[in-house]
Parts: sequence; C-alpha cells; structure tokens
Amino acid sequence: MSEQNTKVAEPVIEAPAGHTTSKANPLQNLLKGPAGRSLGLVIALALLFVVGAVTSGDRFLNFENMLTIFRYASIIGVISIGVTFVITAGGIDLSVGSVLGLTTVIASLTSVQMAATQSSWILMVLVALAVGVVAGLINGVVIAYGNVVAFIATLAMLVGARGLAELISGRSTQIVTNRDFLRVMRAEVLGVPLLIWIFVIVAIAGWFLLNRTTFGRRTIAIGGNLEAARLAGIKVKRHLVYLYVLAGLAAGIAGVMMLGRTTAGTSTHGLLYELDAIAAVVVGGTLLIGGRGTIMGTVLGVLIFSTLTNVFTQNNLDTSVQALAKGLIIVVAVLLQQRFAARGPRKREKPGLRKAA
Amino acid sequence: MFEEDQPRPLLEVRGLTKGFAGVQALKGVDLQVLPGEVHCVMGQNGAGKSTLIKTLSGVHQPDSGEIRWEGKPITLPRPTAALDLGIATMYQELDVVDGLSVAENIFLGHERATGGVLHVKKANAIARTLLKRLGHGGLSPSTEVGTLSAANKQIVSMARALSRDTRLIIMDEPSAILDSGEVSNLFRVVRELTAQGIAVVYISHRLEEIRQIGDRISVIKDGRSTANGLNVTDTPKSELIRLMTGRDVENVFPERKPVPVDAPVVLEVDNLELFGHFDKVSFTVRAGEILGFAGLVGSKRSEILETIYGARKASSGKVSVQGKVLRPGSVTSAVNAGIGLSPEERKSQGLILDEPIFKNVTLSTFERFARGGYLNESAERGAAREQITALELRPADPDRPARTLSGGNQQKILLARWLVHGTPVLLLDEPTRGVDVGARAEIYALIRKLAAAGTAIIVVSSEIEEVLGLADNVLVIDDGKVLTQTKASDIDEHGVLDLVMKGSAA
Ligand SMILES: Nc1ncnc2c1ncn2[C@@H]1O[C@H](COP(=O)(O)OP(=O)(O)OP(=O)(O)O)[C@@H](O)[C@H]1O
Ligand SMILES: [Mg+2]
Repeated sequence: MSEQNTKVAEPVIEAPAGHTTSKANPLQNLLKGPAGRSLGLVIALALLFVVGAVTSGDRFLNFENMLTIFRYASIIGVISIGVTFVITAGGIDLSVGSVLGLTTVIASLTSVQMAATQSSWILMVLVALAVGVVAGLINGVVIAYGNVVAFIATLAMLVGARGLAELISGRSTQIVTNRDFLRVMRAEVLGVPLLIWIFVIVAIAGWFLLNRTTFGRRTIAIGGNLEAARLAGIKVKRHLVYLYVLAGLAAGIAGVMMLGRTTAGTSTHGLLYELDAIAAVVVGGTLLIGGRGTIMGTVLGVLIFSTLTNVFTQNNLDTSVQALAKGLIIVVAVLLQQRFAARGPRKREKPGLRKAA
Repeated sequence: MFEEDQPRPLLEVRGLTKGFAGVQALKGVDLQVLPGEVHCVMGQNGAGKSTLIKTLSGVHQPDSGEIRWEGKPITLPRPTAALDLGIATMYQELDVVDGLSVAENIFLGHERATGGVLHVKKANAIARTLLKRLGHGGLSPSTEVGTLSAANKQIVSMARALSRDTRLIIMDEPSAILDSGEVSNLFRVVRELTAQGIAVVYISHRLEEIRQIGDRISVIKDGRSTANGLNVTDTPKSELIRLMTGRDVENVFPERKPVPVDAPVVLEVDNLELFGHFDKVSFTVRAGEILGFAGLVGSKRSEILETIYGARKASSGKVSVQGKVLRPGSVTSAVNAGIGLSPEERKSQGLILDEPIFKNVTLSTFERFARGGYLNESAERGAAREQITALELRPADPDRPARTLSGGNQQKILLARWLVHGTPVLLLDEPTRGVDVGARAEIYALIRKLAAAGTAIIVVSSEIEEVLGLADNVLVIDDGKVLTQTKASDIDEHGVLDLVMKGSAA
C-alpha cells in the first residue's frame, strides 16, 4: 500500500515547494533582499549629497570635505559595527560610549604612557583594547550567566564605566604625550587618514565575520530563534559572552582612534555614542528584535548621519535642528523598512494577534 | 520481527522520572528501541511523550532513572551530547530559524566550515542532495525558511536530522501538520532510514498511521509506562485506546442531524478572491450547519478563512454575516459581526504563552468579565474552568502558564476561547491538530453541539476523514480553486483524493 501511496503523492509533494517562490514583481523582490534594503539607504545618502552640493557647492563637494565626513563617521562607525552583532543576536549594548571613555582614560594614564615610552606605543593600544574586552566580558557574563536583561546589565555598565573613568582621571583631561603613538595615529595611507582605514578594515572584517563564518551564522540564529539555536547544539550562553566582548573590543578600538584624533583621554569621550550607534544600526536595517543584521546597512547608516551633520555645519544650522532631522530620519527609515517587510508573501498575517489588539 | 534473534537494543530507558515545578511529568518510563525499527510512543495529551524525548535529546535532565546507549549507561547534559551520539530530534514545535536559509538551518550548529569560515556552496550542494533524498528536490537550499509553509519547514527539520551521522531519529508528532500526500512521503523516508539500520521513535495521535509505519509500540499514561514494545500487528486499536486512556472510546464522530431546511443563512461568501492565493469562492453556511473544507496542505484553505476573518484583505468579492456586509480587510468588522477564528498555528498566532490558561481562554471576551474597567478574574477563571472540564484540558488548573502545557492541550485552549465567545460564526482551522483520540471525540461532540445550538461553522482539516465525518457539506479545494461542493455523505476519502489529483493534473 505504501508504494501506491508514494506514487500518488509525487506530484503533490512538488506543489508546496513550488509555492514558496514568491510571485511578486522582480523590483519588489530586489527591494526586499539585502541589496534592496541597502539600495534605499544609498538613495537616501545620495539625496543628502545632492542637498549638500546644492546648498554649499564646492565647499561640500571636495575631497577634503569627503574625508571630513568619513573621519567623522569612523569612530562611531567602529562602535556601530560591534553593536550590530549584539543587536543581530537580539541583545543590546548601551555601554559602548562610556566604555570608550574609560578606555581613553586608562590608556592615557601617566603610568601607561611612561611604560609605553619605555617600550612601544603599541602598549597604549593594547591597554585600551584590553579595557574594552574586560568591560564586554563583564557585560556578557552578567547577561548570559547571571540572566540579567541586557538592557539593564549594559545600562549599569554605562553608568559604572563613566563613573570609574571620572574617578581615575579625577575629571581632568589627560594629554597624550607619546610621540610615536600620535605619529602613527596621524599617518596617512594613499592620502587617506589612518582613522578612516581602521573604519574600513573593521567594516570589512565585520562583514566577513557576520556573513561568512560560523560565528556570524550562529549570531543570526540566536537572534532569530533562541530556542532553536539551543536545540541545534549551539552554546548560546558562551556565544552571548563572545558577542559582548566583541562590542567591548570595538569600543576599545574606537577609544584608540579617539585618543589619536583628540590627543587626549577624558571621561567625557563617547558621551551618548551608544544612542548614535543604535540609531545607525537600526536605520541600516538590522532588526532590533534580532535575527537579521547587515554590516553594509550599518556603514551606510553611519555615513548618512555624518553627512547630515556635515551638511548642517556647512550651512551654519543650529545643532537642535540637526537633532530634529536625525529623529525624523530614524522614524522614516524604520517605517519604510516595515512597509517593505510587510509587503509580499514573506510575512504572514497573524489574525490572533491582530484580534487581540 | 526482532523477537527471534533479539538484537541488542540501541537505546534503553529504565525508570525515568522528571518533575517540573508543580507537575510530575514522568513517573517511571521504560523504553527499548532496537536498531532499524520504528518504535511508536503513544499516550494522551500531557502523558509525557515530549518530556520523555526531551530527556533523550539532552534538553531536560531526568530526576532519576537510567539511559543506556548500546548497553552503556550515559548522561545527556546538553543537546550536543545527544547529537554527538547520533540521536537527532524533530521537535513538536518547529525549531527552525526563519531568518536563515534552508541550507543554513540544516547545518545550524554543525556548519560546513574550515577554521570558522563557511563553505556556502558546499553546504548548499549537500543540502540539495538531502532534500532530494527526502523527495523535495524542488526546495531550493537558499530559500529563506521564513517564507516556507509549515510542512516544508518540517522537511528542513528532517533534513537537519539527516545531515548528521544519525543512528536514532526522534520525531515528535511530525504528521500533525502534514496532509495525506505529505505523510506518505514521510513514511517513504522513514522506511528508507530503517532499511539502513537507523532507528526511529515516532510519536503521533493518529492510530492508522501507527498501524502503517510502526513496528512496535510503547504506551505512556500519566507519566508512567503502561505497555512496552507491543507488536503493532497483534495489538488491536481498542486495546491501544484502553492502554492510553484507561477506558473505551467508541464512535468517534457524533451523529449528524440534518440541518433544518428553514434554517437562515448566517454566513454568505460571494465571489471572494485574493490575488495570488485563491480564485472566486462562493458559498453559504446556514445556522446549525457545519461546512468542511477538504484539500491538501497548501491548498489555500487557511487563506480563505483568514480572508473571511479580515486578516487578509480580499482583492474582490464580499462576505456578509446575517445580511450585513463586512468591510474587507478589517478584523474588527468581522469580530463585531460575530465571526470567530481559531487559527492553525497556535504558538505564533493564538497564544500568549506566559499568561495563565484562563487569560488565554478569555482573551477575546474579557470585556464581558469587567465592570467599569475592573476585571473580575474569578468569573474569568470560572468560565475557563468550565471549558477545561469540557475539553479535558490537563492539567486542569486555570492559573498554569500556557507555555508549560503539552502541545495538544495548548490547542484546546484556543478552541476553548471561541467556545466561551459563543459567536454565531465559527471558523476552525485544524481544530484537532495534535489532540489525542479521547479528547478528539470530545471536541467533535462539542462542535456538533455548537452547531445544534445554531452556530454556523467552517472546519478546515488536513485529515479528510475528519472533514467528512464532522461536516454536513464539503468544499473540495485545491490550489485556491473550489473543485466541488457536495454533501459530506455523498463523497468518501478516495473521492476527494481523486478530485484533487485530477485538479492538480489539469
Ligand atoms: N516546561 C514545563 N514546565 C512545567 N510543566 C511542564 C513543562 N513541560 C511539560 N510540562 C507538563 O508535563 C506534562 C507532560 O507534558 P508533555 O509535553 O510531555 O506531554 P505530551 O505527552 O507530549 O502531550 P501532547 O500529546 O499534547 O504533545 C504536562 O502536564 C505538561 O503540562
Ligand atoms: Mg508533546
């Protein structure tokens, strides 16, 4: 009887599989894919460029100014890439800004700088990275093994790290005196400042890590369906720790860049960067609830905000207007994303939920 | 068939117990699985089947008892421990990640990679072979799983089980979301696996399936083994039901009384259409009538229900309830007119998992239990308790969070919600998915009783037998087209299947 059934069933089996290919028009399909989501951002960025070119002309459209935009984007960009991983896994890290501040303070302590002078400028870099990693490690362990909600755990780190930075520095600004460090950080490669190169390298590495490695794959899985990830044998807790360490490491790298750019360490470095980073990540198309992340989107999100700032500054507009514009961009971007996501067959309606509303 | 030479069992479980806060889910379970056999585990909803398999797959830790693998005692402290031994599990609740592709899901947790760097092409190629072996060569490895039907998600789940070096596959109610064609494909795969010496533990509430695919049966009742390794061939159905329920269940389908000729039409669907899903559909349901939608999974029956309910916006056509035309795409309009829908996917569409049973039951009616905005919870509990008794919901405690209930009992909560509601039109999508034999008969009787009281009901089920046994009239639907409309007594299962086969051939 089984054989008979199998034969009968054959054409039927193919049917449901066939249904899965969507019948939406090609443009819509393109827009729904990762390329399409980035395309929207590219268009937004292009529009900003047009506005900049129209309002400021050559003052905006020149190589120097482009470098300014990228330089401005680089530090927040590196932080945002770390945060992209955490958010993709369904978490959140509010502490990156103050961890950045802490890394600049500790790396520019007189004792550290003296030791660096005797050995190598690299020591300052290593100290900053180590501070970031340790802060991330604490976040990760508290969240994964202490079962503290990420929002709360990293909020505590936000407050705590800033406080510690103030204590250590005595709220004073610590000037970087190590000449080697400054020379390296001010270096240019092919006419482009090192800060920008660091951003580019971190972005490429981040893209590779998220899209081409088991680590990235597992990150997406944890954000998409934590239970399924656990059942598939992924060590979810350990992975969460790695993710927060990664975000801390990114904050450490950003700290080094900050030290290089400002030639000083202070507890106020990185103030509110966590919010800028989250805004860039979300505008870029990474889902705040996790399960989908895009490094490309984050990079574009960061560039959109830094270009916006640049255009506003060029036109001598108030920073309050700028903040207002930022807020609008965030809302519009997320609304647009939801429209794309809701369209087509991929999101099924949920009658039960709608009923409850 | 294994009795003569008695091969060494692959897996042996003895005296397994497991308690959760407030519930003793397993009180002493034994199980012996031989290599290459299909071992069926049966029991009522909440008997402890899923809990048992979760202790065997390293998700739960047993409180006491012994697990042996090829004669050696083992512990399974985490899922990877079971996977490494070669125990793969397809869980009752679909365990796939929507945002990842088919191939990415298949290799989740054991990705094809060198030094952490993925081999995307290689993984896709292996995935394609696996899918072909499962009879689903048409499923592309790069498709995003979130876009797949539940049945196809299950195929992904099975491909994942096969992607490892597996020696025992545990399937927890795999057929609950499959239609008969899909089920025979599943059975073909299962036979292929057992021919290679892989053992299968198979859980299902459908007794006919057990008869078709099973070699031996073990029965659990209230967390305790009541039978071990019975031969399928010499255990009659009635005996099985008695072992599971402790009583006899006869006449599953209640008697059908003819719908009075003068009964008013309650629901009228006129040329309803949803582009890309279904073509013009027209029918009426009278007070006291049960209309069944028969067809295969993917035939868009659920979509028709959801469009009537306003959760999807019709491209054209209209729906009216008691003469009042509904606003297309408006759930509010449908609910106000008196339509209730019990959806197909309970976890994602219907339940608030962390809320207690009673709040889930009164989710669409809680206003009734309020005075000036103040909710009378004890009245809510009372209403829920009535349904709990009527549907044999276990545990019978209205305060227990929905999450901690067994799969079949979660299904009953959804049904209870609309029974409390008492709407004039009730749309039931797979009302008995995952529900055990005993409770099934109760649910059928309840649906009949509602109809007798004047409710107009539409029932969608992948079990054609269920549609034909329960409904007065039947629409046979295939790929969004109504093939026939007929009296349920004028057609049988073969008739429906013939129609569908012809329909899809055309
Ligand atoms: N995580 C949990 N917390 C508390 N109780 C639980 C939990 N999981 C299961 N239970 C309880 O354990 C008992 C057995 O549940 P289990 O899911 O094993 O039943 P089942 O036999 O698989 O039923 P079904 O056929 O409905 O799927 C039930 O009473 C259930 O409520
Ligand atoms: Mg179960």
